[in-house]
Amino acid sequence: MTQGILRQILDYSSRANPYPLYQELRATPVFHDGDGPYVISTYHEIKGLLHDPRISSDSRNLTATAGDPLNQAEEGGSDVLPPSFLKLDPPDHDRLRRMTNRPFGPPHSPRRVEQMRGELGGIVTGLIDTIAAKGDPARIDLVEEFSYPFPVTVICRLLGVPPEDEARFHVWADTLAASLDPDPDADPAERAKKTEGARMELGMYLAGLIEERRKNPTGDMLSELATGQGPDGTMSTMEVLSTAALLLIAGHETTVNLITNGMLTLLRNPEHLERLRSEPNLAVPMVEELLRFEPPVQLLPQRSTLADIEVAGVTIPKGSSLWLILASGNRDPKRFEDPDRFDPDRPDVQHLGLGSGIHSCFGAPLARLEAALALSELARRLENPRLLEDPPPYRQNAVLRGPRHLPVAVDGIRAA
Amino acid sequence: MNSDGALERLKREGRIVVVGASLAGLRAAEKMREKGFAGELTMIGDEPHEPYDRPPLSKQVLLGMATADGTALPRRRDIDAKWRLGVPAAGLDMAASRVRMADGDEVEYDRLLIATGVRARPWPNPEEAALDGVFVLRTRGDAAALERALAAGPGRVLVIGAGFTGSEIASACRERGLAVTVAERADAPLVGALGGVVGAVAADMHRENGVDLRTGIMVTALEGDSSGRVRAAHLSDGTTLEAEVVVVSLGAQRNTEWLAGSGLGAGPRGIACDAGCRAFDIMGIVTDDIYVAGDVARSPHALFGYQFLSLEHWGNAVAQAETAAHNMLSTSAERRPHLWVPAFWSSQFGVNIKSVGVPSMGTEIMITQGSRAERRFVGVYGYQGRVIGAVTFDQCRWLDFYEQQIEQTAPFPPPYPTVDRRPEGERPLPADFPDPSVPTHGPTITLSGHSPADRRMTFTPAHN
Repeated sequence: MTQGILRQILDYSSRANPYPLYQELRATPVFHDGDGPYVISTYHEIKGLLHDPRISSDSRNLTATAGDPLNQAEEGGSDVLPPSFLKLDPPDHDRLRRMTNRPFGPPHSPRRVEQMRGELGGIVTGLIDTIAAKGDPARIDLVEEFSYPFPVTVICRLLGVPPEDEARFHVWADTLAASLDPDPDADPAERAKKTEGARMELGMYLAGLIEERRKNPTGDMLSELATGQGPDGTMSTMEVLSTAALLLIAGHETTVNLITNGMLTLLRNPEHLERLRSEPNLAVPMVEELLRFEPPVQLLPQRSTLADIEVAGVTIPKGSSLWLILASGNRDPKRFEDPDRFDPDRPDVQHLGLGSGIHSCFGAPLARLEAALALSELARRLENPRLLEDPPPYRQNAVLRGPRHLPVAVDGIRAA
Repeated sequence: MNSDGALERLKREGRIVVVGASLAGLRAAEKMREKGFAGELTMIGDEPHEPYDRPPLSKQVLLGMATADGTALPRRRDIDAKWRLGVPAAGLDMAASRVRMADGDEVEYDRLLIATGVRARPWPNPEEAALDGVFVLRTRGDAAALERALAAGPGRVLVIGAGFTGSEIASACRERGLAVTVAERADAPLVGALGGVVGAVAADMHRENGVDLRTGIMVTALEGDSSGRVRAAHLSDGTTLEAEVVVVSLGAQRNTEWLAGSGLGAGPRGIACDAGCRAFDIMGIVTDDIYVAGDVARSPHALFGYQFLSLEHWGNAVAQAETAAHNMLSTSAERRPHLWVPAFWSSQFGVNIKSVGVPSMGTEIMITQGSRAERRFVGVYGYQGRVIGAVTFDQCRWLDFYEQQIEQTAPFPPPYPTVDRRPEGERPLPADFPDPSVPTHGPTITLSGHSPADRRMTFTPAHN
């Protein structure tokens, strides 16, 4: 096996089904070739590394990245904002994540997500109603018309973006998301310019909103982040900005893909779609199995080693770049029986779809609720939905993997 | 084979008796049914309640956030058992395979599982212990009574003993805004379980949260008023402390008295069993039909030099119960050892404390991540050049890694850098455990002896 397999995984032709390549990769749990990254593809090894304090998420600790095919393919972060906690190690990571969690989750705000349930249900109903009123039942793009707009609206409500500004917010979010998914035919300089423009405008807009909320807090996340008086003090405006940008970007594309991958999987397994229609409570275990079966984040390409470490008999030198292929660990037959079968009744589904350890998905409770509401409502309201293209067209991005469009036909749409 | 036939018959129509209807007993019973045991299952428990969970009793229940009777353990499956609740087992006739009940009844078994656990060590002076306002905390009834007393807003609460339970009680009192004094005979809270370095952090947490922590001190007597209510405690430094509520938190005693004279290897340190959970008799011979699980069991652990470990840990109770149940219904070739790596957790003063391995075996500790001053750190314990345990304060997500280090007998001090290494973590410190011959209130682990044939191991008939 050569580094060819990493190129193949990144190659667009593998996007619809990378799983056979992952299976091939698992034959070598720690794969390394030339000056490329060390690629970990088996469940227990990935899980171990996610809890290993000798692994850093801070890219400043990387010394050997020359051969990392993703670092060349992917757009670097903005130099304008300080790094978000996603790309920091403790104690900075812990402090920022704690401060961000204070207005979001337990123990300080145990009800924030649950209190959004009604509002999320309203957004879902509104989007499906719009499809019913304006869409063509013979061809509905579930990405454009449903799973794409939904999470951005949710993040706007969570942060406290005023409704009249939501449309502008959607435009910036679209541009930034597109930057994660480079169109190979577009001019890279032009794209970079557009992205930087959107980033600047979004930054300016959020900075203005943060200042406003600092003066007149309204109880939303942005107000709480800007005025929070916890034991860790108050975030600087720059910290609030980079945190808000993180929530927007990390919470957007991933949730779009979770919902889209979910509908695609259910349309391929109509018996489960039918079960979900009659038993909406099945949405919760179904989302867990989806996070295993088609995780929205396929791999974590940003980690590096602070020491020489031994994994599955291979010594990975200090300063090496690691790729942790979560989606491959989720299909590891040493951990999951019959791993390539979608089975919502799986009794023990401790997947890696939301990561594990200190960087495990911050927005997990919200993402789970969004996906459960979205899938159960789509299952209930779409009459006899059929997939029009299988596989559907995918986005370029191999990391945040999901369909760009999901065209379906329906017989009709049931009333809310 | 003949024994196979016997096993099949046992599974089909045998009689299994479980003495002890708490966490270990229930999980074992569920596992037996899961493994296809279709015979008669009897659950004997001295408390009148079906199995309930104890960890919330010193936490949510004392804060009034949950009620004591709302802590029933969730059932994994129906166990279709005959419940004998409210009457304790009083004796065992090994030759006749019979459990004698306190009401004189007898229950016969083909396989017996003993999971009688521990009880709170009472205040040694029975008259003082009987005063109104003096509590222990172990059972649901204890928790309900103590919660009522705290809700009444006493002027001061005295907690005797700063182990995990005592510290959690003090934390709950402070959260309720009550004045609380903690008296501990060691130099700091938690020293028996975690040593002096970590104990010092715990002491700071007590004091920062407004606990009047007094260490190196003993309560010598409790004093009641004319109506039989506790009013004060006398301390070994000659002072007197007024308190309306006194909580005695001096650790646990194993419930083995009912086995006195039975010939089973049971005593104040628990019931010795092999790694497969089979009990030893007093001759050091393993029995084949009597199994032990949970807090009352002591079994040799390969990872820790085959020492006999007695672990009063929630997770241990579950894992050991499942192993015992499996082995009770297996051929000898299918039996499995109980190889659980010790782990426990506590929450106090807003800090989540977790530990793996056996910190109390450690002679040194190294703060590999974070900072003690910030109350967020990982402490790794070393023993003879290897990692033997670890503790985290609000850093539990790293614990899986350190558990692996213990399982792999990784070298100590850890030779590698980690994220969040501070100057205080550059070299190991003496772990500062008290001399084991001096009793403290904290240890949740008792180490003793190396093998069942060890001559130093003596079984003392249970008197107290």
